[in-house]
Amino acid sequence: MGRKLLLEHINVPGINTFDVYRSKGGYASVEKAIKTMSPDAIVEEVKKSGLRGRGGAGFPTGMKWSFLAKPEGVARYLVCNADESEPGTFKDRYLMTYIPHLLIEGMIVSSFALGANTSFIYVRGEMMPQIRILEKAIAEAKAKGFLGKNILGSGYDLELYVQPGGGAYICGEETALLESLEGKRGNPRIKPPFPAIAGLYGCPTVVNNVESIAAVVPIINEGGDEYAKLGIGRSTGTKLISAGGNLKKPGVYEIDLGLPVEEFIYSDEYCGGIANGKRLKAVVAGGSSVPILPANLILKTVNNEPRLMSYESLSDGGFVSGTMLGSGGFIAYDEDACIVRNTWNFARFYHHESCGQCSPCREGTGWMEKVLHRLEYGHGKQSDMDLLVDISKKIEGNTICPLGDAAAWPVASAIRHFRDEFEWHVTNASEATTRNYGLAHYADPLPTPEPVAG
Amino acid sequence: MLKVEDTQVPVDFSPELISKFDDVVSRYPQGKQKSGLLPILHLVQAEFGWVSVPAMDKVAAYLNILPIEVYEVASFYTMYFLRPQGKYVLEVCRTSGCCLVGAEKIMDHIEQKLGVKEGEVTADGLFSWRGVECLAACGFGPVLQIGPEYTFYENLTNESVDKLIGDLTAKAKN
Repeated sequence: MGRKLLLEHINVPGINTFDVYRSKGGYASVEKAIKTMSPDAIVEEVKKSGLRGRGGAGFPTGMKWSFLAKPEGVARYLVCNADESEPGTFKDRYLMTYIPHLLIEGMIVSSFALGANTSFIYVRGEMMPQIRILEKAIAEAKAKGFLGKNILGSGYDLELYVQPGGGAYICGEETALLESLEGKRGNPRIKPPFPAIAGLYGCPTVVNNVESIAAVVPIINEGGDEYAKLGIGRSTGTKLISAGGNLKKPGVYEIDLGLPVEEFIYSDEYCGGIANGKRLKAVVAGGSSVPILPANLILKTVNNEPRLMSYESLSDGGFVSGTMLGSGGFIAYDEDACIVRNTWNFARFYHHESCGQCSPCREGTGWMEKVLHRLEYGHGKQSDMDLLVDISKKIEGNTICPLGDAAAWPVASAIRHFRDEFEWHVTNASEATTRNYGLAHYADPLPTPEPVAG
Repeated sequence: MLKVEDTQVPVDFSPELISKFDDVVSRYPQGKQKSGLLPILHLVQAEFGWVSVPAMDKVAAYLNILPIEVYEVASFYTMYFLRPQGKYVLEVCRTSGCCLVGAEKIMDHIEQKLGVKEGEVTADGLFSWRGVECLAACGFGPVLQIGPEYTFYENLTNESVDKLIGDLTAKAKN
């Protein structure tokens, strides 16, 4: 059983209140940071921890912090990205609902490290209950002297505000989020300049995911080196995985990075296997944007090594046979799931959520949705699969923000790995509207690789 | 069907609502009051059930920005209703994870139960419903939410949906 750094006290009654949270050692990292550490020393600890952005991109958090410009007399901002909208991902909602003070504590330490005196938590608008929870937690922390003027007598001031979004997936992209926070449409900005130079109101800004900010708390309490001992290789620490779909025990799990995927799916400590005694057909391992893999490739790499829950192992094989850890939105599909229908569902999602700024994404996502719709409803052609791959290639890499790539990858990967299921939807069109393709060969053991001569 | 004149009914912002606006705007630096636009539109919708053109014009005047700056934002974000809705809007998640556990059947059931299509309002004005994209609760699907509090209902079944609609109907009549 792995160590829990974020969710250790999640089941303690009343942990959402300041007093109970404090009695479990809460806000110790604020005391340690503000009283005994310099801002640069905190950044150094986060660098040493190897923490990588938990929102999906996996960029090292400490390095992102060190890029922050610090011109004299210009305000700096920390903005927490709580716009959790990636299909499959629900860890941030869970964390903010049950242990809101962990995020507040992380925000205070991180703001101090970055020299921000005003910080925002941008929460997706649908999460109004979580916004109320966070505002209450902020008021409590402020009443106890952990926020506001002269925190703990240190002379450091910090105001923390919660900002609601308006229901747009694109605002999870950091520059779209900043536009939205400025009261505009969520159109991503052209980079450079990066937010570290010109972000909110044109000032240097860091945008971090909820889980990344929360992870700063144990890193400061125990030291970056201790944190880096957990996990595997460059995937240090623990990660929250949102497990959903056809699993016996869906939910949010904190795992040590490096846990075998097979253990995560089947052990009773985690998901407990596939619901209703069915067999696993496919997995989306890191939120809807990452390539979908058939059961055999998610459990083992092509070299027949066990696939692990880590940034490196999940991407082993590139996009030919691998995927990505992403945001840790883990969706399991059982043998009854229809990959064509699911791919259409994803394509509809990206079409709906495209901001419309770049033509390849605005038009291409709509075309993909239409083609997938006709495949699912029995009007597809054999040439549609190549057409979809062609559209996806024309979107990928040709847009201002990664939403284009995120829309292209699930479609391209579904056709790469499940092409015969798509073809069956064309050859057996009427049958495909009444029954699903089933498990087919998608869980068959992988062929043993030929030994390489010499 | 919404008529043009319905969209032009003048609205009044109460002093209580304006003081909530003031509280929002106080969070931002001087001159950056436009940042309050999204939160203020939420407050307007919570008060009136939707966001009308006269309401948007008043918001623009309050924030000292152009009306178009409000329209373009209100029409971009999916949470803002630009036409009247039922008193309770059932928003059902229709994205992958929820569909694997029956979200589409739940939407069919709601359509049948309420007798109105997606986006339409029931004759008594109490309900409308629509499918929305991922609500970040994939482990507890199917799910739906109801504004303006955005109360969440998880692990939906036909029976739990019936009960919810019954409870809301009773609540509205009291």
